[in-house]
Amino acid sequence: MSAKVQVQTTINNEPVEFLCEPRQSLLECLRDIVGLTGTKEGCGDGNCGSCTVKLGDRIVTSCLVLGVEAAGESITTVEGLAHGSTLHPLQKAFLDHAALQCGICTPGFLIAADALLQKHPHPTEEQTRFWLSNNLCRCTGYDKIIRAVQAAAIEINGAAQ
Amino acid sequence: MKAFDYAAPASLPEAVGLLASQPSARLLAGGTDLLVQLRSGRKEADVVIDVKKIPELNEIAFSPAGGLTIGAAVPCYRLTADASIQSHYPALVEVASWIGGTQIQGRASLGGNLCNSAPSADSIPLLIALGASALIAGPAGSRSVPVEDFCTAPGRNQLAPGELLVSIQIPPPAPFSGAAYLRFIPRNEMDIAVVGAGAAVTLSNGVIAGARIALSSVAPTPLYVPAAGESLVNQMPTAEALETAAKIAQEAASPISDMRGSAAYRRHLCAVMVRRALELAVARALEIN
Repeated sequence: MSAKVQVQTTINNEPVEFLCEPRQSLLECLRDIVGLTGTKEGCGDGNCGSCTVKLGDRIVTSCLVLGVEAAGESITTVEGLAHGSTLHPLQKAFLDHAALQCGICTPGFLIAADALLQKHPHPTEEQTRFWLSNNLCRCTGYDKIIRAVQAAAIEINGAAQ
Repeated sequence: MKAFDYAAPASLPEAVGLLASQPSARLLAGGTDLLVQLRSGRKEADVVIDVKKIPELNEIAFSPAGGLTIGAAVPCYRLTADASIQSHYPALVEVASWIGGTQIQGRASLGGNLCNSAPSADSIPLLIALGASALIAGPAGSRSVPVEDFCTAPGRNQLAPGELLVSIQIPPPAPFSGAAYLRFIPRNEMDIAVVGAGAAVTLSNGVIAGARIALSSVAPTPLYVPAAGESLVNQMPTAEALETAAKIAQEAASPISDMRGSAAYRRHLCAVMVRRALELAVARALEIN
């Protein structure tokens, strides 16, 4: 086994240090070492998007990032969306629109949708569907997720001009 | 995944030295191919060398005289957001937004696409059409290879032991030039090309002065078909001329049958996709300038 590496990073605006093997993915580090189990593992090869986190200024599948690569970076996971007991507008919209059933894909969709709304305050349906094409959901058929994201866009950014 | 050590050299000489001393090292840029291959056991490494801290591999630089330099580790999402690429190489923005989905584009690089050397690599036909070259560094210094000569077999390329790809260099766009890459996939996104076609044309007084055409997913490597582009030189960009070039490209293809399509279907698609890519490239040559 290779020597473990000390990683200093920022997760959900808090400085975090953890010790990991170089081969461990960021996903494993978040879940098994740091104890943030909101991020889910689906396919493990970057196709399903359930392990999506924000890394710096973009979103990534954390199964395809090494934990050691998080050094000096800033990471946002689904645990970073709500303010205390107040849900993020996206989380509330997902509940209101029944945009989840089993819930495994939901943390990834929420993080990806949050990044979308930061880049495009009022995304079109087409923009939303293409942006979320790296996130798979086997329950909802996607329409409810798209409607929830569009409702959250209005809640967060007001009606489109 | 088998255990490995991790190194993140901060300079090119440091990376070349490390690579020379570690024969079983693997280079990590975005990891969207490498980490999948290491996890599945298809590839092994004692050391993973992260090249993202090396300045030359991280730069995007454009000048009207020198053209575009894309560091080998620059992820797609930086290419699509870059103003100089948006205005001078719109086809490159498209291809960078078609590789994987949003999350993959946050990590995957054109350099990685080139070094992974898949026959279906989306960016390679366009890079060939644009006349790009690969700048390689190694123990004996650096060298430059035309992108059409870079891939040698599925998953194999010109990189010798101890060498790494530094950047992709693309000539400045000529006046009245345009380029396009189109691929056929059964879905709208997140899929591997059944056939991909890259084309670039330069017009002079309404006549084609130069053209380059390349294909993906129809041969053991991305396929440059010089004869297809040469057939267009001194021709008006008529439907007949583009069709003739498309047929020449089709003849050069040697597709296989697999889960994504039969050889006969791929051969049919070659002519269709090349013709459409040429039409788009010609339209851009006329409108951009």
